[in-house]
Amino acid sequence: MSFYDRLLELERFPFRERFPEYTDLDIQRILTKPKMNEDDLLALLSPAAGRHLEAIAQKAQQVTRSQFGQVMQLFTPIYVSDYCVNHCEYCSFSYIYDFPRKKLDMDEVEKEAIAIAGTGIRHILLLTGESPKDSPVSYMKECVQVLRKHFSSIGIEVNPLSVQEYHELGEAGVDSLTLFQEVYHQETYRKLHIKGPKRNFRARLDAPERGCAAGYRSVTIGALLGLHDWRQEAFITALHANYLQSKYPDCEISLSIPRFRPFLGDYHPDSDVTDSALVQVILAYRLFLPRAGITLSTREPAHLRDRLIHLGVTKMSAGVSTAVGGHVSDGGTPQFEISDGRSVSEIREMLYQNGLQPVFKDWDILV
Amino acid sequence: MNDIFQIGGKALTSRLFIGTGKYNRNTLIPEVIAASGAEVITVALRRVNPEWGEENILQHIPGSMTLLPNTSGARTAEEAIRIARLAKAADMGNWIKLEVIKDQRYLLPDNIETIRATEVLAAEGFVVLPYMTPDLGAALRLRDAGAAAVMPLGSPIGSNRGLRTKELVGIMIEEVDLPVIVDAGIGRPSEAAEAMEMGAAAVLLNTAIATARDPLGMAAAFRNAVTAGRLAYLSGLGPVQQEAAASSPLTGFLSQ
Repeated sequence: MSFYDRLLELERFPFRERFPEYTDLDIQRILTKPKMNEDDLLALLSPAAGRHLEAIAQKAQQVTRSQFGQVMQLFTPIYVSDYCVNHCEYCSFSYIYDFPRKKLDMDEVEKEAIAIAGTGIRHILLLTGESPKDSPVSYMKECVQVLRKHFSSIGIEVNPLSVQEYHELGEAGVDSLTLFQEVYHQETYRKLHIKGPKRNFRARLDAPERGCAAGYRSVTIGALLGLHDWRQEAFITALHANYLQSKYPDCEISLSIPRFRPFLGDYHPDSDVTDSALVQVILAYRLFLPRAGITLSTREPAHLRDRLIHLGVTKMSAGVSTAVGGHVSDGGTPQFEISDGRSVSEIREMLYQNGLQPVFKDWDILV
Repeated sequence: MNDIFQIGGKALTSRLFIGTGKYNRNTLIPEVIAASGAEVITVALRRVNPEWGEENILQHIPGSMTLLPNTSGARTAEEAIRIARLAKAADMGNWIKLEVIKDQRYLLPDNIETIRATEVLAAEGFVVLPYMTPDLGAALRLRDAGAAAVMPLGSPIGSNRGLRTKELVGIMIEEVDLPVIVDAGIGRPSEAAEAMEMGAAAVLLNTAIATARDPLGMAAAFRNAVTAGRLAYLSGLGPVQQEAAASSPLTGFLSQ
C-alpha cells in the first residue's frame, strides 16, 4: 500500500462539482466540531469557507497555541550545489539555463555553516539540485559530517532517495526530510517536468514514506501552490500528510505551503493563489491535522509573514539565501526570488514583538 | 502544615511541578516560578541551548530550583537513555523525567519502552520519574525497575481536558507504593485540586499556566488549588451521599 493507491481513487473524485456545493451553514456547523474528517477538510477548502476566514482563523489560532505554545521554530536552508539534470518548467536550476554552476567543497560548506550558525540558527536544511554525478549521496554525507559540528538538527531537501540511502544519511546525523511533490495532479506533473529523473511521479510521491520508513524524526511535504487548482492540491496534500501520520505515528509530519514565485524563465502558473487562498490553505491544514507542523518560507513577503505567524504556522526560515554559497559571497544564481530578506535577528525581534518566542534549538543529534 | 514531600533525596514543600515550554518569553519563567511556589521545574533537553543569550532557558531558572530535564522527542528507550545521559553531561543533575512517545498525533507515552529505559537509567543512578499511560501493571513494573515515582497522564499533553483518567489514576494511588504524580492534561486549578484530594503526591503542569492570558495569576491559582487539595486529602474527606441522610428509615423503629 502506498499513498499512490489513494491518489488514483482521488483522480476520479468530482472536485469541480463538490467544492461549490458547501454552504455557509456547513462551515458554521464544522467550526463547532472538535475533530475534522475528510469531508470537513473539503468544506474548509471550499469557496464557502473563504467567506468565513476570520471565524476559522480564530479556531485555528486556538488549536495552534494549545498544541505548540507561543513559540516559533526557526531554521535556515544551506544551498550547497545547483547542478541539476532535470528540466522543470518553473525552476531556475533547470539544466536548460546557462549560468555558471557551483558546488561547494567542504571548506566552503564549513564557511557557510559558520556564517549561518553565527546568527544563532541551530536547525539547518541541506539543499542540492538533482545530479547523481555532482551531488551524490556520498557528497551529501560529507556535507552532513561538516554540518553536525555546527548544528543540532540537520534536514535534507534533495532528490528522492531509497530507504537505504535515507538510512545511511540518518546514520551520519540527518534527522529530517523535506520533499515536495510540487504537484499531485499527474497530468500537470508530466507537463511541467519535461526531462530528467524527476519525471518519475511515483518515485517522488513515495519518497516521504521512505524517509518515514528509514526512521526520520520529521518529514515535511508540500505542493507548490499555483501549479494546479490550489483547493484540490491542498486537499490531496493534507490527505498525504494524514496517510503518513497514521502509518508512521512516531514521525512528526509537517506541511509546507510554498507558493509559486518568479524565477529565471517565463512560465506562468494557471491557478492564481491569492493571499486569502494561502490563508485558507493554512487554516484547513491546521484544523484537519492539529499536530502537524506548518512551515513558512521566505518566498512570502515580510508583511504577509508577520500576519501568517498567528494562523497556524509553527516553523519559519530566516536569514535565507537561495544561492549556492550565498551566506559568504553573493555570486550564485538564486533558485527563486525570496521576498523576506530580513536577518535572523530581525525575525527574532519581530517574533518577540508579536508575542512569540523564537526557538533556535529543538533537537540534539543522537547518532 | 508540616507536610514534606520526600523524593529523590529532596524534601519538597511544594507539590506543584511546572514546565518551561510554550511561554512567549523565557524571561517570564522566574516570575512564574515565584508565583507558583514550585521547587521542581521540567526542561526539555532538546530545547536547551547553552550558548545562546535570552533563548538559553537555563539562565532563567534560579539555582534553588530542582531541575527535572525531560526526554521529550525520544521515540525509543535507547533515544531516551541517550538524552538522559546528555542531560547529566550538561550538568543538569540526576533527575530525569522520562518521556518515550512513539505517537506524534496524541502524544501518548509508550509504557513498554518507558519500563525498559527506567531499568537502565535507575541502575545508572538517575532519579527516574516516568511519564506514563495510567496502567496498574505498568506502574508496578516501573516500581520494580527502580522508578522514584510514577507520572500517569490526566489526559493527553496540552489538551487541558482535565482528569479524564481518574478511575485508573485512583487505582494506582491505592495500589502502588510510590508517589503518584499526575502529569499532563490538567487544565484548571479545580482539576489539580481534585487530583490532590484523591491522594496524588503532586501534579505537574505546563500548558495551563503558559497559555493562560495571565500566566502569573494562573500560577498562583494552581499553587492555591494544589495546597487546598492536599489539605483536604490529609484532613480526610467526609463520605459522599447521594441524598440527604437526616433520618434512619430502616432502623428508626428500634428506638421508638
